[in-house]
Amino acid sequence: MLRLDDIHTYYGKSHILHGVSLEVGPGEVVGLLGRNGVGKSTTLKTIAGLVRPAQGRVSFEGREVAGLPPYRLAHLGIAWVPEDRRVFKLLTVAENLRTGLDRAGMTEARRNELLDKVYRFFPFLAERRRQAGGTLSGGEQQMLAIARAMMLEPRIILLDEPTEGLMPRMVSQIREIIERLHEEKVAILLVEQNVPLTLEATSRCYIMEKGVVQHEAPSRDLKANHDIVRQYLGV
Amino acid sequence: MGIPFDQIAIQTVNGLVNGLILALVASGLTLIFGIMDVVNFAHGDLVMLGGFVGAVTVASTGNFWIAMLTAALTIAVFGALLQMTTLRPLLGRDPLTTILATFGISLVLQKYALWQWGPSARRIPEPITGQFALFYLQYPWYRVLGAFLSAAIIGALYLFLKYGKYGIWIRATTQDRIMAGAMGIPVPLVHTTVFAIGAAMAAASGVLFGPLGGVTQTMGFDFTLRAFIVVVVGGMGNLGGSILAAILISLLEAYASLIVSPAQAVIVSFVALIMTLLLRPTGLFVPTPR
Repeated sequence: MLRLDDIHTYYGKSHILHGVSLEVGPGEVVGLLGRNGVGKSTTLKTIAGLVRPAQGRVSFEGREVAGLPPYRLAHLGIAWVPEDRRVFKLLTVAENLRTGLDRAGMTEARRNELLDKVYRFFPFLAERRRQAGGTLSGGEQQMLAIARAMMLEPRIILLDEPTEGLMPRMVSQIREIIERLHEEKVAILLVEQNVPLTLEATSRCYIMEKGVVQHEAPSRDLKANHDIVRQYLGV
Repeated sequence: MGIPFDQIAIQTVNGLVNGLILALVASGLTLIFGIMDVVNFAHGDLVMLGGFVGAVTVASTGNFWIAMLTAALTIAVFGALLQMTTLRPLLGRDPLTTILATFGISLVLQKYALWQWGPSARRIPEPITGQFALFYLQYPWYRVLGAFLSAAIIGALYLFLKYGKYGIWIRATTQDRIMAGAMGIPVPLVHTTVFAIGAAMAAASGVLFGPLGGVTQTMGFDFTLRAFIVVVVGGMGNLGGSILAAILISLLEAYASLIVSPAQAVIVSFVALIMTLLLRPTGLFVPTPR
């Protein structure tokens, strides 16, 4: 469904991605592991259209999408949940969700259906729908960021370090959310520093080093084989 | 030194009237700055162009309201084209490039106006000519109407931003352009629309100002300067702050002109600007630091 072929990305003059290739199947939950600064977030940003690759191909559901503006990619079904959440702080919770709802072909009924679903998923968002996004706690903002991405009815969610800085109770909630999204056949490309959680939540993982994918293995195998994890990630 | 109460009252009314017209110019400027970080040095020239389009339309139709609508729509379309051709390619570059670009546009527009409409001032006749007694003065109703119209347009803008899908798009894009794009909001379209709205508001103020001060090809600079002072004092990109600052500064100038000549009273606004930059560089009315 999503396929990256030999992607090279630059920030100004610095070469960040040196030929990344990976693939995510429909409804598949895939992990992207690696130490800090190896290009995991940049890979997600490249897929979301926020950084334009200098070379290489990004294809999504059979069409070439590299170079399309982010809003077109969002309409095609690629949702990005950034590392720093980037909730619209001065917009209310309801308005934050609404940003993803005004797309071509949306009806009032469909909008309400999606909102109801997300409010069932995250009941606290319904209670606080009139509250400004910036007044939520870190964990709540993370939930809002994921809920907001769900408004796009995405085929894939690019989830960047969703558990960073969260307390353990919130971390297990994120774990549940990933599970629920998987049940709904939404594909996920998960970037995480929390290796045990990633190996639990995903079926397959890529390990990146210095801007390239160095290793690919089923998560089950990585769980059994600590040497590889230790070699690449130092944990 | 005592200043009679009636003079103070008259200057309060004057300050409020001038402040609201200035707020109309400044709110467009601050909206544009807030959403695309563009410091639009040609904003006052959009006021001027609006004034001329209004003057020409009044001359041919004889109707002030048609003139105002025509000016707002024409300059909105013109603003949209201007944004697409000159500012869109510069988005995200060094702010200096957009300052230079808009400064260049300002010069071009002034020379165009000189070529098209000549050097002499045009006056737009008042749509209502009545006056009422304000102490020892016969105060024109038009000035009050102008203030109310400005307030009404600003109020309409507020409602537009507060409710409905486009308001959410504009506010979301203002807060985080990248995230807005990732949520499927067509950011380039939002930028162009906001520039068009700001341009239309500038044009409307040009027509509103026409009966008070006349329309000349050099009037833009004065509007740009005053609107800038207001936007900086109110907090760059802060709509409510700009409106309050426009009223505050116009009132200060009005009161100052009780003591010194009106030409010298302008100094007050520069003093306010310098004090703000020294003591509260983020603006007097910035609600909470983000």
